[in-house]
Amino acid sequence: MAKITMTVNGRDVSGVCDDRTLLVHFIRENLGLTGTHVGCDTAQCGACVIDLDGQSVKSCSILAAQAAGSSITTIEGLAQNGELHPVQAAFKEHHGLQCGFCTPGMVMTAVDMIRRHGSTLDEATVRAELEGNICRCTGYHNIVKAILAAAAEMGGARQAAE
Amino acid sequence: MGVEGIGARVARKEDKRFLIGKGRYTDDMTVPGMKYAVFVRSPHAHATIARIDATAAKAMPGVIDVLDGKQLLGDGIGNIICGWMIHSKDGSPMKMGAWRPLADKTVRYVGDAVAIVVADSVAEARDAAEAVVVDYEPLPVVTDPVDAMAEGQPQIHPEAQNNLIFDWELGDAAAVDRAIAGAAHVTELKIYNNRLSPNAMEPRATLGIYDAGDDHYTCYTTSQNPHLARLVMSAFYNVAPENKLRVIAPDVGGGFGSKIYIYPEEIVCLWASKRTGVPVKWTCDRTEAFLTDAHGRDHVSTVKMAFDANNRITALKVDTIANLGAYMSLFSSCVPTYLYATLLSGQYDIPAIHANVRTVYTNTAPVDAYRGAGRPEATYLLERTMETAARELGLSPAEIRRINFIRSFPHQTPVIMNYDAGDYETSLSAAMAAADWNGFATRRAEAERRGMKRGIGMSCYIEACGLAPSAAAGSLGAGVGLWESAEVRVNAVGTIEVMTGSHSHGQGHETTFAQLVAERFGVPIDSVNIVHGDTDKVQMGMGTYGSRSGAVGMSAVAKALDKVEVKAKKIAAHLMEADESDIVIENGELKVAGTDKAVPWFQMALAAYTAHNLPAGMEPGLKEGAFYDPANFTFPAGCYICEVEVDPETGQTKIVQFVAADDFGNIINPMIVEGQVHGGLAQGIGQALLEGVHYDESGQLLTASYMDYAMPRADDLPSFKVSTSNTPCPNNPLGVKGCGEAGAIGSPPALINAITDAIGNNTLTMPATPQKVWVAMHSSN
Repeated sequence: MAKITMTVNGRDVSGVCDDRTLLVHFIRENLGLTGTHVGCDTAQCGACVIDLDGQSVKSCSILAAQAAGSSITTIEGLAQNGELHPVQAAFKEHHGLQCGFCTPGMVMTAVDMIRRHGSTLDEATVRAELEGNICRCTGYHNIVKAILAAAAEMGGARQAAE
Repeated sequence: MGVEGIGARVARKEDKRFLIGKGRYTDDMTVPGMKYAVFVRSPHAHATIARIDATAAKAMPGVIDVLDGKQLLGDGIGNIICGWMIHSKDGSPMKMGAWRPLADKTVRYVGDAVAIVVADSVAEARDAAEAVVVDYEPLPVVTDPVDAMAEGQPQIHPEAQNNLIFDWELGDAAAVDRAIAGAAHVTELKIYNNRLSPNAMEPRATLGIYDAGDDHYTCYTTSQNPHLARLVMSAFYNVAPENKLRVIAPDVGGGFGSKIYIYPEEIVCLWASKRTGVPVKWTCDRTEAFLTDAHGRDHVSTVKMAFDANNRITALKVDTIANLGAYMSLFSSCVPTYLYATLLSGQYDIPAIHANVRTVYTNTAPVDAYRGAGRPEATYLLERTMETAARELGLSPAEIRRINFIRSFPHQTPVIMNYDAGDYETSLSAAMAAADWNGFATRRAEAERRGMKRGIGMSCYIEACGLAPSAAAGSLGAGVGLWESAEVRVNAVGTIEVMTGSHSHGQGHETTFAQLVAERFGVPIDSVNIVHGDTDKVQMGMGTYGSRSGAVGMSAVAKALDKVEVKAKKIAAHLMEADESDIVIENGELKVAGTDKAVPWFQMALAAYTAHNLPAGMEPGLKEGAFYDPANFTFPAGCYICEVEVDPETGQTKIVQFVAADDFGNIINPMIVEGQVHGGLAQGIGQALLEGVHYDESGQLLTASYMDYAMPRADDLPSFKVSTSNTPCPNNPLGVKGCGEAGAIGSPPALINAITDAIGNNTLTMPATPQKVWVAMHSSN
C-alpha cells in the first residue's frame, strides 16, 4: 500500500492504494472523479485520457504511484466558473457526442491536439491524431467537425488577445 | 415549428453532464458496504465440470464468498430463456437447451460463467477467482454452423439433434421453384454475413442490492430495457417478485442491441447480494465483453434470383444457416426469421419469395440482435444479388433497381410485410445526384492514371422499424407485446415531467421527447424533464431497440399529451368563462380564439393543484398516462452510394465518398437524425471493411481485445454526405419512421459493391481486408 498525494484539478488530494493500482482507478475509486472512464483493458480506446503535467496520457497505462506528486487535469477540471471550455462547447454545438461514454477522453485528447496545433489543424490531422480514441456512436464525423471548430475559435481568440 | 419544437435543430439537453464528466453510468454507482464481483469463466469451449473447489479462494484476503452453479440451482434460480417461440416447418417447437446463469454441469463456450467471487476490491476478487479450482473434462468442439449439423459432430445440447434448433420456412416454395424453372435468367450467389461484436464503449456492468429490511432488491444495470429485465427476472428466473424488484438503467454508454438481453451477471449479482448480505457490483472488462456480450449476424446463405425477359424479378429463393452460438439468447430466434426473412422483398416488387432458415448451436458466444438485427443480413443478401444480376444482365445498377421498384402503396409482399408508404425513386435520384454518379467515369479514368482502381456501388435498403404491434408480434411467437407507455405530469408551477418506457443510451431522448412537449404547449424545453430507465419511476415500458423510440415511445407520449391538453383546456375555459372548444394553446398561453383573453400555462397548472376554482366535479391535478400500440411497423428506406479507391499494390481500400439519402418520414431533430445516420454508417462500414469475430477450431476467441478486433477509427472513415426525404408514416400520430439502424443496414452492400466494381471480382467476403481484396484482385471470379 502507498500513500499518494497529487494536485488534481487545482486541488491537493491524497489517498492510500495498492502499489498495483492504475491511475485511472485511483482517480475513479479513491477520488470519486468518475468522468474519466475505462472502456478497454489494452490502452486502445482512450476513454481514460487525462492531462498529466501538461501531457496527454491514458490513465489506464500508468500506475497511481508513478503519478505521485504530479499535477493532473481531468474532464471535471476543464470547465471554469460554470462555463464550458471551448472544446466542450464545440462538442455540444456540433453534436460530437451521443452516449457520452468516450466523450471525456475525446475532449481531453482534443484539448491537447489543439494546444499543439492551434488553428492550423486540418481534417486529416484530426483524424490521424484521434487514432488512440474509439467512438462507437458518432461515426467521428461530428467529432472531427467539433474539434476543427474549437481549434478555429481558440486560435482566433488567441490572436485577438495578442 | 417553434425554435425548440418539432423539426428544430436543438442542441441536446443531456450533453452538459456528459461533457463535464457528470454522466452517471452503472460503474460510477457506489452504495455503502458495496463489494466487488469477478466471475470465474470457462477456459474451454466445451467441457463437463467434475468438481469446483473454492476452499483456497475463500481463505484469500478480502474475500467475502465464492458461489457456484450448484448453490444457484439449489436456491431455485431459473434458466435464462429465449423469449420468441419459433416452430420448424414440421410443426415442432424450437429446441431450447438449458442455459444456467452459472454452469453447474457443462460449459459450452469460452467465457461461460462458472462461479462468482465477491471481495473487498476488484483486485482481490480477481486474485481469488484465479485460485478457484475447477476440474474440467474437455469435450470435442464445433464452431462452424455448417459443420455442426453434420452427423457425428459434438452434441451441444441433448434437446437439439445435430445441433439444429429449428428448420423454419416462409413463403411459397412451389411457386418459387416454378418461377425459377421458367426464368429467362437466374442469378446465383453464396453470401456470408460476418459475425460481429457490438462493442458499446461502456462495458456491461451491474450492481445488485438486497435490502433484508424490506426484502427488496435493486438492480442497477447497463440495459436498454429495464422494465423487461424486471419482468423476465421476476416471471422466469425467480430472482425476486416484480413488486420487490427495482431495476435502474442510468446513463448507458451505448447498446446497439447488446444491452437488450438479460445476461447471467445481472441475475447472479442480485442473488449473490442476498446470499452474502452485501451489495455486489460487477463491471466487465473489454476482453470479457468480447467473450460474453451477445454477438451479431453470422449467416451463411445461398440465393437464387429469377428474372423474366424484361429484367423483372419473378422469384427469390434463399437458404440460410444462422449460427446462434452456445445458447439461445433472449431475442435470438426472431432475428434470423421474422426480422430477416420478412424484409427479403426489399424495395422490389417480387411476386414469389421462399426463405428457408436453419439455426444451429455451436461452441461460441450466444448470437442475438445487433444494430439492425436481421435487416442488415437481408439487405446485404438482396443488394449484393441485385448488383451481381445487373452485371450479368448488362444493366446499370440504377436501371435494374428502377425496373423492379415498388411504386404503389400500400404494397403487400409475399413475406408478411405490408409496406404503408414510400418513394424509392426519390431517394435513388437524390443519392445519385449527391454522388455525381454521372461524373464517375471521369473520376475513374483519372484514378487509373494514378495507378489506382476506382469503383462505385449502391444499395437500396428498406427496414421495418417501430417494433410492435403487439397482436402481430404475438401471432408470430413473441412472448410479450411490444407497445409503449408514457405518463405526463404537469407540476403545480407548470413545469412538465414525462415518464417514458423508452430508454435513451445515446439517442438524445431527453431532447427530442422534450421538443414534442415544447411544440404542443409552447413551453421552453428546459421546463420539460424526461424521466426514463427506472422501474420505480416509470410504471411499464418495453425499452429501446429496433428504432422504436420515435414511432412507438413518442407516440405514447403524444397520446398522453392529448389527454393533458383536453383537461388543460377545460380548466382554462372555466377560468376565463369561455367554451373549451374555443381554447387554443400558443406560446405558453391558453387563449380564447379570436379574443385577447388568455391564461398563462403556469397559471392554469397552478389552478389545477390549488383546486379553488375548477369545473364542477373535476379531479384536482394534471397528470395523464397512455399506452400506445401501433397498427403496423414503419418502413424507413433509402439509397446509399459508396465510391472507393483500391490500391492494386496493397489491396488497401480507401472510401473517397459516401452518400446516404434516407426517407425517415417526419423528423423531430435533424441534427440528431444525422448523427444517428453517421453512427450507423460507421458500424456498417466497420462490418464491411474491418470487423469480424474469429474463433479457432478449439473454440478459443482470437479477437478478444481491441488489439485483435479492428474497430473503425477516425482515419478509417470519411465525412459523410447525408440527406433525407420525408414521406410521412401514415401509421403513427407523428408520421415518424425511425433512423437508428439505417446506416448499419444500407452501407455494407454499397461498400462491397463498390470494391467489387473497382477490382472486377465478385468473390469478396466481409470484412474486405487488404489481404482479401488483394487475393480477390489476383484471382478469377
